[in-house]
Amino acid sequence: MPFASPEALAKKIIGSVQEYSLLSARAVGNLFSKPRYIADTFTQMDSIGFGSVPIVVLTGFFTGCVLALQAAVSLKEFGAVNMTGRLVSLSMVKELGPVLTGLMVSGRNTSGMASELGSMKVSEQIDAMRALGTDPIRKLVAPRLVASVVMLFFLTIIADACGTAGGAAVSVLLLRLNAGEFLHTSYMALQYGDVVEGLVKPLFSGFIIATVGCYYGLKTTGGTRGVGQSTTQAVVVASVSIILCDFLVTQLMIGIFGR
Amino acid sequence: MSEPVSQPIVEFRHVSIHFDENKVLNDVSFTVAHGETRILLGPAGGGKSVLMKIANGLMMPDEGEVFIFGQELSKLTENEMFAMRAHVGMVFQESALFDSLSVEDNVAYRLQEEHCPVQETHDRVVEALRFVELEKAIDKFPSELSGGMRRRVSIARAIVSKPDLILYDSPTGGLDPITSNTIIELVVKQRDVSKTTSLLITHRLQDAFTLATHRFNQETGHMEPIPDGGIDPSTQFLVLNEGHVVFDGSTEELVRTDDPWLRSFIS
Repeated sequence: MPFASPEALAKKIIGSVQEYSLLSARAVGNLFSKPRYIADTFTQMDSIGFGSVPIVVLTGFFTGCVLALQAAVSLKEFGAVNMTGRLVSLSMVKELGPVLTGLMVSGRNTSGMASELGSMKVSEQIDAMRALGTDPIRKLVAPRLVASVVMLFFLTIIADACGTAGGAAVSVLLLRLNAGEFLHTSYMALQYGDVVEGLVKPLFSGFIIATVGCYYGLKTTGGTRGVGQSTTQAVVVASVSIILCDFLVTQLMIGIFGR
Repeated sequence: MSEPVSQPIVEFRHVSIHFDENKVLNDVSFTVAHGETRILLGPAGGGKSVLMKIANGLMMPDEGEVFIFGQELSKLTENEMFAMRAHVGMVFQESALFDSLSVEDNVAYRLQEEHCPVQETHDRVVEALRFVELEKAIDKFPSELSGGMRRRVSIARAIVSKPDLILYDSPTGGLDPITSNTIIELVVKQRDVSKTTSLLITHRLQDAFTLATHRFNQETGHMEPIPDGGIDPSTQFLVLNEGHVVFDGSTEELVRTDDPWLRSFIS
């Protein structure tokens, strides 16, 4: 593969950012005008939301289990094993729940969107849609965007709950802690700002998952090989963007709530 | 779309487009009159499919102007473009059927988007599928159809809304001669029964000349040669080579050309 000149590379990157921004802006703009594809939105909600429940439940639960085990080892040295619940709930609600849910849903759905739209692109179905008078961004991107943002919000709550339940299970069954105390310290540890932080992050992650997946799908060229490349790129970019966005939102929330 | 009959349905004025360093269309100008069937010929890679996509606003030229139904495409907003496309049917090279939808939903797609009543939509879909003799495949999915059947469904999808202009992008490409003949018969039927203006790309010269020398007999329901070696006057040719228009004229002018490249191309 020939090396691109720095100038050509910079132009390519700026061009991609511009295209991505335009696609995102048009997808958001389409939400405020008719026609709206409500049925497609519910179909996507079913696929993205309910389809992702098993992986989110399992990931959340076992992350909570591991977190409790690891936390107990460190807290034991300070004689503070009974603070395990506090650590598990804070970690799950503020950080691990939103980020892991974003990454898991990204792996499952960004790839799905990129490959589905990419296949439609290379088989001229996107052109056919435009030729038949339908805006593909309105028909394909906007429903996925709404579905991702809404469902990721609820999936994160499920992940938080499952993580706390996993931590409780390990604390009670393996660490022999009191279940009531675990849940009490978990609950008391959380403040308003923590919950807001944990529930704002999935809104950004959902936006990234849908727009990045659709962007790479719609710019696919080069047949089935191109579809594979788009899918890989979409998952990588979405995953990195979710973590980067998590950092920025955390900074913002610390600035607002002071913790 | 109520444009004056004298006004061309399609008009390209000095259209050029290039991808990277490669100039795919170079100063292309031509018109397609009302009721005319314009056949686009030329070697593969000559810019025919790009020209077809420009004619439907799916691509925009770098230079020049394109008028469809008298409207200049570059001056239309995205929504106006979608409204313009409601009057244009397009048959894609690889059919481009929506593989997640049944044949009925594929053909009904545009009518559903226009919120046509359910019963009327169904009746019009059945009528379009009957035109391409595929009404029994109404409940099938594209993956269950052969290449020729997919192409026929694509034609049904293009004609279901009774468009004023049909764009056929290599409707016989990759098909066996018998199936190709069936598709060409459908194109002739559409031309002679509905008198729809059309732009058709083909790589098969025999298909082009079949179109020029045959007509559809509505009594027998079959295509037949025009008597006394006649030629359909509404069928015109446009030949592209390396992005340039090398011929623009009637069937007689094409077969009597003195241009050595054209003679070798059509021989």
